[in-house]
Amino acid sequence: MALTKEQIAQRIAKELQDGYYVNLGIGIPTLVANYIPEGMEVILQSENGLLGMGPFPKKGTADPDLINAGKQTVTILPGGVFFDSATSFAMIRGGHVDLTVLGAFEVSDTGDIASWKIPGKMVKGMGGAMDLVAAAKNIIVAMQHTSKDGKSKLLKACTLPLTGVKCIKKIVTDLAVLEITNEGFVLLERAPGVSVDQIKNATEGRLVIKGEIPEITFTTS
Amino acid sequence: MNKVVANATEAIEGIKDGMTLMLGGFGLCGIPENCIKALTQTPVKDLTCISNNAGVDDFGLGLLLRNKQIRKMISSYVGENAEFERQLLHGELEVELNPQGTLAERCRAGGAGIPAFFVPAGYGTEVAIGKEVREFNGKPHLLEHALVADFAIVKAWKGDTHGNLIYKETAANFNHPMATAGKITIAEVEELVPAGHLNPMQIHTPGIFVNRIFQGVDYEKRIEQLTER
Repeated sequence: MALTKEQIAQRIAKELQDGYYVNLGIGIPTLVANYIPEGMEVILQSENGLLGMGPFPKKGTADPDLINAGKQTVTILPGGVFFDSATSFAMIRGGHVDLTVLGAFEVSDTGDIASWKIPGKMVKGMGGAMDLVAAAKNIIVAMQHTSKDGKSKLLKACTLPLTGVKCIKKIVTDLAVLEITNEGFVLLERAPGVSVDQIKNATEGRLVIKGEIPEITFTTS
Repeated sequence: MNKVVANATEAIEGIKDGMTLMLGGFGLCGIPENCIKALTQTPVKDLTCISNNAGVDDFGLGLLLRNKQIRKMISSYVGENAEFERQLLHGELEVELNPQGTLAERCRAGGAGIPAFFVPAGYGTEVAIGKEVREFNGKPHLLEHALVADFAIVKAWKGDTHGNLIYKETAANFNHPMATAGKITIAEVEELVPAGHLNPMQIHTPGIFVNRIFQGVDYEKRIEQLTER
């Protein structure tokens, strides 16, 4: 069975470590916040100028001056702090953010990512995605392995305009966990009940399979 | 020294056709609502607007777009605005998209007297077209140029008669770096107090950067995405 969006987020949450400063993108990445292991302190950064982002406000308490980068109303946790956009990207560009999780339309087997523009269809802009992928030490892409019509999104080369080049090291899809090395997509784990052949068929880029591939588990050890 | 003006209409005096404006805010959070409305009541046109976003159809910079007062936008994210997309597809509007951190830094650098700088963001993408590339510490970087505006228009929570500003929560965003980068900087604030009434240890933008200040009225503070639990 392919993973649900929640399960992709849950698997990514296993990569968190105590004390991490983490920037979560819009979509599946946002869900990672729901799976921070108990007892672990992870501080969420939102690039519009917030460290220590908390959950959505309780009904009736939303504050228009307190939003996240997706323009959603949020809250701040004790110890959190506000700052301006230049300071925010100093944190990002300066390598002070430990982990970035973001979505993508396509990823190539050399670590290129396309996530911001579909020519002729969507011209919304890159927001902070280019800054994040160019600077982050540790980036995980959360995405579906194939498009709705079954085409692979893990490619030899991206077809859409790029967000960054040679910057992605790890991907969690609905089918697998993969690492990108000089050899291509290295298959690390597969979704429960999903065969290596299924992953092969869904991956257009170079796929490296070494030995037995374990199934994804969700509990942090 | 008198930086205090009566209202938005007085504050925007001198903004002329073809000028470059910076407008603070992120989405609709912390935008200078009063000055934007005042601009819609003038015939000023062909503006270049530097702003992270372009408002929504009927609020924020969307109002200036609807009036066709903007010729060019320099932004990082312009979704949520159908009129914007229509003008763009019909060639009525020019758009330069910048990575968000690059945009913020271009404003900061403009205010700080740094004409250009290198950043890694955008290398290998269409943002890099025509830009000098140089390697530092084994990594390619793009040369980006500073931005300075004829007028920077920002919104703060509290301000004093010397132009010192304090922002509320995430409404600091682009307001602070832009406040430093205007040839003339206008600040509209929710509460204007006499100099000496704000704690000097808690000022976000020192008054030296601000030329005109006024207390705004009727803040709508529209929420773009209301999310509750």
